[in-house]
Amino acid sequence: METFKLTVNCQQKDVTVDPSTPLLWVLREDLKMSGTKYGCGIAACGACTVHVGGVPTRSCVLPISLVGERPVVTIEAMSNDTIGRVVEEAWESEDVVQCGYCQSGQIMSAVALLKATPKPTDKDIEESMGGNLCRCGTYVRIRQAIKAAARQLG
Amino acid sequence: MATATTPNFLEVNRRTFLRMSGAAAGGLFLSLHLAEPGHARQTPKAQAYPPAAFIHVRSDGKIVIQVNRLEFGQGVQTALPMLLADEMDADWSQVIAELAPAADVYSDPIAGIQMVGGSGSIAHSFEQYRQLGASARAMLIAAAAAQWNVMPEQCRTEASVVYGPNSQSAKYGELAESAAKLPVPESVQLKKESELHLSGKNTRRLDSRGKCNGSQKFGLDVDLPGMKVALVAHPPVFGARVKSFNADAARAISGVRDVFEMPLVRGTGVAVVADRFWAAKQARDRLQAEWNTASVEHPDTAQLFSKYRELARTAGNIAMTRGSAASMDSIPSSKRILAEYEFPFLAHTPMEPLNTTVRFDSSGAEVWAGSQFQTFDQMAVAEVLGLKAEQVTFHTEMAGGGFGRRAVADSHVQREAATIAKRLPGIPVKLIWTREDDVQGGYYRPMFVHRVDVGIGADGMPIAWRHVIVGQSLVAGTPFAARLIKDGVDATAVEGVADTAYAIQNFYVSAHHPEINVPVLWWRSVGHTHTAFVMETLIDELAMRAKTDPIAYRLKLLSPDAKKLRACLTLLREKTASWRDSATGNRAVGVASHESFGTGVACAVEVSVENKRPKIHRAVIAVDPGFAVNPLSIESQMQGGVTFGMTQVMPKGAITLKDGRVEQRNWDGYTPPYINDAPVTVEVHIVPSSEKPTGCGEPPVPVISPAIVNALSRLTGKRYRSLPLAEI
Ligand code: FES
Ligand code: FES
Repeated sequence: METFKLTVNCQQKDVTVDPSTPLLWVLREDLKMSGTKYGCGIAACGACTVHVGGVPTRSCVLPISLVGERPVVTIEAMSNDTIGRVVEEAWESEDVVQCGYCQSGQIMSAVALLKATPKPTDKDIEESMGGNLCRCGTYVRIRQAIKAAARQLG
Repeated sequence: MATATTPNFLEVNRRTFLRMSGAAAGGLFLSLHLAEPGHARQTPKAQAYPPAAFIHVRSDGKIVIQVNRLEFGQGVQTALPMLLADEMDADWSQVIAELAPAADVYSDPIAGIQMVGGSGSIAHSFEQYRQLGASARAMLIAAAAAQWNVMPEQCRTEASVVYGPNSQSAKYGELAESAAKLPVPESVQLKKESELHLSGKNTRRLDSRGKCNGSQKFGLDVDLPGMKVALVAHPPVFGARVKSFNADAARAISGVRDVFEMPLVRGTGVAVVADRFWAAKQARDRLQAEWNTASVEHPDTAQLFSKYRELARTAGNIAMTRGSAASMDSIPSSKRILAEYEFPFLAHTPMEPLNTTVRFDSSGAEVWAGSQFQTFDQMAVAEVLGLKAEQVTFHTEMAGGGFGRRAVADSHVQREAATIAKRLPGIPVKLIWTREDDVQGGYYRPMFVHRVDVGIGADGMPIAWRHVIVGQSLVAGTPFAARLIKDGVDATAVEGVADTAYAIQNFYVSAHHPEINVPVLWWRSVGHTHTAFVMETLIDELAMRAKTDPIAYRLKLLSPDAKKLRACLTLLREKTASWRDSATGNRAVGVASHESFGTGVACAVEVSVENKRPKIHRAVIAVDPGFAVNPLSIESQMQGGVTFGMTQVMPKGAITLKDGRVEQRNWDGYTPPYINDAPVTVEVHIVPSSEKPTGCGEPPVPVISPAIVNALSRLTGKRYRSLPLAEI
C-alpha cells in the first residue's frame, strides 16, 4: 500500500492503495466516482476513458503509480466544461444513448477530439472514436452528435 | 425471449382488471392486477413491496411511474410511461420513470412472469399502461367534479390539470389525495388514435441526462456500506470440479477476506472475497487451482461441426411439412441448389459485465441486479438462501445492455452471488463477472449447421424445399421446455424457417438437437440469427439465378397474408428507388427482409470491399411494427440492432472451443463491431399503421448479415454460407 496525491477534476485527493491498482478502480471504488465504467480491463473498449494530462486515456490499464502529477479529468466534470457541456447537450438532443453504459467513455473521447479538432471529418471521428465500443450500436447517432456539437461550438 | 408465435408459455389468461391499491398518504397509487379466472388471487402481494403501485401522483405534481420490466437500452422506460401519461393527460415534463422491483404485480401480462424478452414489452403492456393512465385520469376528474359539485362529463384535462365547466381548475397534485379515496372505475374508455398527443410522436428518452453526465447508476455501480467484492474462479471446462487449490498467495494480497470452494450451477469453483475489485482480481490470478476435468465432456468446435454436418445429412424430428417431401426427387440436379451453412457459438458480451449484489441476514435478503427475469432470479436467490421469495427484496438495476444474457432460466449469476453472501451474513457482497468470465463463461448462441436442398421450378421460383437444422436446444431442461419443445423440435431453433412467409409448395423442415457440454442461451432475435441468414441468402441466390430484382422476387414469393413484409418491401423499394439500381463499380446493393416477433423488417445496404472486409456505406430499413409508439426509439433500435447483428459477420465474431476450452478471452479475441465497422448511415422508414404495436428490439438483427453478404455475392459472384465472414 502506498499513498498517492491525485488531482481529479481540479480537486486534490489522497488515496492509499496498492501501486498496481488501475486508475479506473481508484476512481470507482476509492473516490466513489462511478461515472467511469469498467468494460474489459484490457484497453479494448474505451468505457473507462478519462483525460490524463489532457490526453484521452484508458484508465483500466493505467496503474495509479504512473499517473504522477498529471491532472485527471472524468465524465463527472464534463457538465462544467465548455466543450463537455455542448457535447452532452448534443448527445441528449440527438437521443444517442441506449443502455448508456459506454457513453461516459464515448463522451470523453468525443470531447478530446473536439478540443484537438474543432471541425472533425468522418475520418477524424473514426480515428478518435475507433476504440470506443458500443454494444447497443449507437454509432450513427454518435457521429451525428459530434457533428452537431462541432457546429454548435463553431 | 419466447417466440412470437408462442408467447403465453405459462398460460395465463389475458383478462385484466383494475383494483384499488390503497389510498396511501401523499398521493394517489394505482395498481393493475391480473385476474386468473378460476384461481381467485388473494390480495395482491405487491403491496408488501415498496413502491406498491404503478403510478404515484405526488402532491408536488410529480408523477412517478413504475416500469414493470428492465430497461437495458431498448427504451421501454420511456415508451411505457408515454402510453400511460398520454391517457392520463399528464404533464410529460413532470413524469419520473422508475424500474419496478420484483413483485407479482409487475408480471408481464402475457408471460405471467416478470421479464423482458421476445420483444414483448410494448406488445404485451401496451393496453395495460394505457388503462392505468385512463383510470388515474378518471379518478382525478371524479375528485375534481365532487369538489366542484359538477358532473365528471363536464370536466376536461390537459397537462396534469382538471378544468371544470365554470373555469375552475385544479392540478393533479392537489387532487391526488382525494382521488385516492375514490373507487377505481370498472372500465375506462381509451383514447382514439387521433386523440393521442404523446404516443406516436418522436419522444426523447427520459434516461438520457444521467447516462450522459455519468450520474446514472448501473448494477455494477451499487455501493453499500461495508460492501465486499467477490470474483469466482470458474472451471476451465464447463461442469468440471475443483480437485485442489492453494490459496496462500491469494490470501497474502492485502484486502482479501475469504477464499473458498463453492458449488456452481455446473461444477464447482473457488470464490475470492475482498474489500476491493483489484485485490479480488489479483488474488484470483494468484490462485493455484487444479481441476478435475476428466469426468466432463470436452467440446471442440471442429469436431462438433463435423458431427453436425453428418447429422444434417439425415432427417431430424419434423418441424414442418407441407406438400410432398418426395417431390424433390423428380427435380434434376441442374434445377437444384444444395447448400450447407455453418454458424459458430456467439457470446452476447453486453457492455456492462454481469454482476449481482446480495445482502443476507436472518430476516431475509436484498438483491440488486439488472435482470431480464426478475421472477426467476428472485426465486433462485430465495432457494439458495433457504428463504421464501417474498423475503427477498429484489431491486431492478439499470443494465448496460443484455441482448438475452440477463435472461437466464438457471439464474447462475444470482445463485453464485447468493451462495457467497450466505457465508457472510449481514455483509453486502457484489459478485462481478469480469469480461473474461463473460467471454469464457458459456451461455452462448448455439452453433448451428443447416443443410438445405432447394428445387427450382420452370419460372425460377422454388417448388420444393428440404431443410435440416442441427443445433442445441435453448430451452431443454428449463421451465420453457414444455411450451417450446414439440415433438422433439425446439421452436426457437426453427423459427424463421418453419414459419417462413414465403409460399413454397413442397416444404419439409426437420431438426436435430444434440446435447453438448456448452451452456447456451437466446441471443438477441434468438433463432432468427441463423434462420433468416439461411433463408434470405438462398432467396437472393434464387432471385439472381432467375435474373429478377431481389425485391420483386420476394414480393412474388411471399404468401398473400404476409402483409407486414409486403408493406416493408414496398416501402423499401420506394425509398431506395433513386439509387438502388445505379450502384456502380466497386459498390453493390444487398437486400434482405424478415419478420420476427410480429414485426416486419426489410433492409437494403450499399457495400464495397475495403481491406478485404465489407464496408457498409449506407443502410436503409423499412419496418412495420404496427402502431409506432415512439418512432424516435424505433429508429434507434433499428440502427443499433443492425449494428449488433453485424457481430456475426465480424472476422473475430465467433466463440470457438478446443479440447473443452474456450479459445477467446476478451474483446481482443471476440471482437464486435466498432464505429469503423458499422454502417455510416442507417436511414429508417416506418410503415404507417394503426395495428396493435409489436416489438422492435430484436427484429432488426436478423436482416443485416444476409443483406451484407447478398451485396458481396453481387460483387464477387461467390456465395457466403459460413459465419463469421472470412476475408473477402
Ligand atoms: S475498460 Fe478500459 S478499455 Fe475497456
Ligand atoms: S449505449 Fe449501450 S453500449 Fe453504448
